[in-house]
Amino acid sequence: MSAFIERLWEIGPGLVEGTPHAKKLGMKFVAIDKGLATLSLPYNVALIGDPRSRVIAGGAVTTVLDQACGLAAIAGFDGFAQLATLSLRIDYQRAAIPGETVIAEAVCYKTTRHVAFIRAVAHDGDPDDPVATAQAAFMLTGPIYKLPEAEEEEE
Amino acid sequence: MTQRLSDDLIASIPYAKTLGIRAEFSDDGLLLILPYQDSNIGNPTLPALHGGAIGGFMEVCAMAELRRRSPDLPFSKPIGINIDYLRRGKPVETYARADIFREGSRVANVRVRAWQESEEKPIAALSGHFLLPKKS
Repeated sequence: MSAFIERLWEIGPGLVEGTPHAKKLGMKFVAIDKGLATLSLPYNVALIGDPRSRVIAGGAVTTVLDQACGLAAIAGFDGFAQLATLSLRIDYQRAAIPGETVIAEAVCYKTTRHVAFIRAVAHDGDPDDPVATAQAAFMLTGPIYKLPEAEEEEE
Repeated sequence: MTQRLSDDLIASIPYAKTLGIRAEFSDDGLLLILPYQDSNIGNPTLPALHGGAIGGFMEVCAMAELRRRSPDLPFSKPIGINIDYLRRGKPVETYARADIFREGSRVANVRVRAWQESEEKPIAALSGHFLLPKKS
């Protein structure tokens, strides 16, 4: 694990909850690795999109996927970076079950000098039975700040 | 539909209330308004609105416009959407209007434009397919 990913484990919860809109929706940091990020969105009546079914709004699922994709992109660039979402494609496979926490798992499968490409899945417990899948592209809007790797200890 | 009914429509969606969305009724469609609120910020250092909040705002706009056309039926459901982010969402009031490109018996194709200072300078655009409620 790179020094940067280790640092992301420490600051991940603060990064997510320090994002005002993520905090407003109640999003939580779950896990991070090189090019990978997992967030959760616990069920909350303030997220309901359809009052008849009490299913959360597509927009709430979109937002947790967007946030997870952004974090995966940072983990993919392996350094602190300012990013802007270029495009986000969401396919809704089924309604999220009312009362269940939505988990968003994002994989940054490619970074170029300026762009990160990410795939993500939102599910409510079983990743093989997704609520929605996403495809995103993020652009770097500034320099990447990498952390120096710790020297290997000599014997 | 009247202003009163468009207010009721938005008020019936808790998520729209969370974002702070308001609707303005006119003959050529609904104008949705996302007033500035701190809790819609995604990047406090720029600052910029959260991409998810802008996307969610445009989704609500598409669904509200479809509902306006058949107010007695339940909400349509998104099937697949594409969002293009064109400019930074500044911490100011944002507007959105939906255009129904095609409305079939089961599925509608909708385009939404979101803007701030000028409708000619969109900050984001959404295109998507929505599953229409069954007409009984």
